[in-house]
Amino acid sequence: MKSKNVHVLLGGLAAALLAAQLAYADPTLLEVRAVMHRDFHARGQAVMSRVDQDDVQYLCTVTHNKPSAKQVKEMEADQLAMIRYPADGNYMGDWKRGAKIAASGKGMTWKEKPGQNRGGGCYNCHQLSPKQPSYGTIGPSLKHYAKVRPGVDGQKYVFAKIYDSKAFNLCTQMPRFGTSHSLTEQDIKDVTAYLLDPASPVNQ
Amino acid sequence: MLALRTSAVLAAAALAIAAAPVHAQDEKKEIEKYQKMLAEGSPVELFELQGEDLWKKPQGPKHASLEKCDLGMGPGVLKGAYAHLPRYFADTGRVMDLESRLVHCMVTLQGRDYKEATKRVFGNADKPSELEYLVAYVVGKSRGVRIAVSTRNPKEKAAYELGRQLFHYRAGPWDFSCGSCHGVAGKRIRMQSLPVLDKPSGARHTYATWPAYRVSNSQMKTFQWRLNDCYRQMRFPEPTFGSDATVALTMFLAVTANGERYAGPGTKR
Repeated sequence: MKSKNVHVLLGGLAAALLAAQLAYADPTLLEVRAVMHRDFHARGQAVMSRVDQDDVQYLCTVTHNKPSAKQVKEMEADQLAMIRYPADGNYMGDWKRGAKIAASGKGMTWKEKPGQNRGGGCYNCHQLSPKQPSYGTIGPSLKHYAKVRPGVDGQKYVFAKIYDSKAFNLCTQMPRFGTSHSLTEQDIKDVTAYLLDPASPVNQ
Repeated sequence: MLALRTSAVLAAAALAIAAAPVHAQDEKKEIEKYQKMLAEGSPVELFELQGEDLWKKPQGPKHASLEKCDLGMGPGVLKGAYAHLPRYFADTGRVMDLESRLVHCMVTLQGRDYKEATKRVFGNADKPSELEYLVAYVVGKSRGVRIAVSTRNPKEKAAYELGRQLFHYRAGPWDFSCGSCHGVAGKRIRMQSLPVLDKPSGARHTYATWPAYRVSNSQMKTFQWRLNDCYRQMRFPEPTFGSDATVALTMFLAVTANGERYAGPGTKR
């Protein structure tokens, strides 16, 4: 959060530069952000602060998603500290409900109300149930995932990965569903169960 | 009616393809067949014809048509104009894309109010917007012309550089940039393959077939709409129609597609 404030301050400077009609052949990210504040508008839940980058987004953009090992280590640790694990220590929810969240690509857009249509969009990028032929390939296949991540350790890992993917792979294209408040703790438990419950189609 | 019938035929084709056992080698062939069927049943020509009527129709307080609109090749010159857009216009001091230039002509030639002219830039299946017709007509006049978008003017170069940065800018609750989906070769979302748009290999064909008629919702979609809906799906705030940011991103993609023969308006699933 602290560094986000720094970005905002510098963003003000960039806006001042733009206002002065400075010719920029190669704009900095702060100038780019100032342009976005000028040329985009808030609509519904999609408020303007969404174009302000946090540390992870900034670093991944400037390094073309290839940060140094030192940066990765520090910032992944920061992200790991953001994860709020279930107080009851139970990571597994209802896989049937998880199946619906995994299949839905909705939620969080300017056309939807906050909290409405909460989807994980999992099938957009991952293969999950072998019975669902329509799946994307941006992420790895998660077919029979209970074999890959067995036991309670596996459950904790999957919950955490969905909650904040950047804690494990800093510049991954996967969203941080818990940290960004896109999914609730129960939603994440349900998707965790969809991935790991032996009765789930993912493991059939 | 035509749109409905087309959708039904194509839905049947899609079902037939989905039902067939798809082997990896056959998959590409099947998709090509499907795309050919899409193109054959497409009503883009109807949009072009209605766009021509609108182009020639006197409108606004000045009761003028758009026939003297200068899209960069001189007043009223349409042939190849789209293949050279976006470009710098000395009369406005701005780099403009087709849609923002059309609105400029509505304001200057027809005397219309900017707000009124941009009140309904995206239409729907029942009632397409005026711009969707006009865009179809104008881009059709560049069919077969090689895309040649200039970055010689410093403002054109600046727009290109800004567009390149916007393409890779990660933000929003889901940390996406355009490159999240359009940055790695051979990937797809669900069954939709994703062109890598910051490289000519992906940008050329894709850019050259937009604007496009979308069969799935029976609508002609402009490039401004394409960017708008990408940003919606990226969970960003809404890009303002015709803004410098949208023109810059278009500029980046158009320059990356330079050299390709323009083949639109396209037809998409």
